[in-house]
Amino acid sequence: MANTYRKIDSATVGSGGVASVTFSSIPQTYTDLLIKGCARSLRASDEDGMGFGINGTGATNWLLLSGNGSAASSGTSSSLGYGAAFIGRIPGATATANTFGNFELYLPNYTSSLAKSYFTDAVTENNSSTAYASLLAAYQSSTSVVSSVILLAGNANLAQYSTFTLYGIKNS
Amino acid sequence: MAITYEPIATQTISGSATSTLTFASIPATFTDLILASSGSNSTLSDIKIRFNADTGSNYSETILLGSGSSAIAARGSNTTGLNHNYTNTSIAAAISHIMNYSNSTTYKSTMTRWNSATSTDPYTAVYVGQWRNTSAITSVTVFVGSGNFVAGSIFTLYGIKAA
Repeated sequence: MANTYRKIDSATVGSGGVASVTFSSIPQTYTDLLIKGCARSLRASDEDGMGFGINGTGATNWLLLSGNGSAASSGTSSSLGYGAAFIGRIPGATATANTFGNFELYLPNYTSSLAKSYFTDAVTENNSSTAYASLLAAYQSSTSVVSSVILLAGNANLAQYSTFTLYGIKNS
Repeated sequence: MAITYEPIATQTISGSATSTLTFASIPATFTDLILASSGSNSTLSDIKIRFNADTGSNYSETILLGSGSSAIAARGSNTTGLNHNYTNTSIAAAISHIMNYSNSTTYKSTMTRWNSATSTDPYTAVYVGQWRNTSAITSVTVFVGSGNFVAGSIFTLYGIKAA
């Protein structure tokens, strides 16, 4: 029976939070990778950036389309200083309690010897004026196969109960 | 155990110049289709899809996209295909969801996320598309507006089954 869409690994942040979550030794037997996350940051703010890196590095460049309930904007940038790309926003410590942001990241053809392109959809909603929905496109010029990925918050630790699941999708 | 998400076919571009590929004889046994791709073009161009070889002006789209400097909303009416991606020689990822494809009662709707974060003409976008035809979808054609797919570009069609 084909295992087309299969969980590879998952992580749930424990008490006190963590600086980052890494999925390493990713098997090279799938075609695409999919990460689903539900996260919150311990940053003393109502939001924080969610970062993602491949093999220890961020994206070569990425661009974002974001809406916050009152305006839509679009920005672009290159890899962030902490070796990750900005993939969307998550609630911070002063956001509505018990509120976590959700995102999905799709990285096709991760075992190829070509450059890598991936995209994310990320949302936060907390019944207040500070909430975001964003689409992101990212490009990583490295032609290495993806063997590890890192997830982290931009300015503080990830909060307890943040969860991340890595899935493999196989085309045969 | 039910097989819910199943690969139907994969096409990987080889060294020869290819501007069109078709997934034909799509089984009617799934509920939805997903076309996932990672590829690039020999020149900056659209990558579009058509259904059942329909080249008529029977498609339309509503578009939300970010260019890196502007948020843009737009639409296309009476088009001859639906956008799947837009890139040049840099790798770009895209995924199109084709819902309820095998019914013969409704027009067909799609949702596409396409992404080109290259340094020339970058975009991230979500498109909702419609094919104004009630026929069941039996083939999906993927084609470039100009140029050819670059070798190594890969397109996979998956079926998702509701039961």
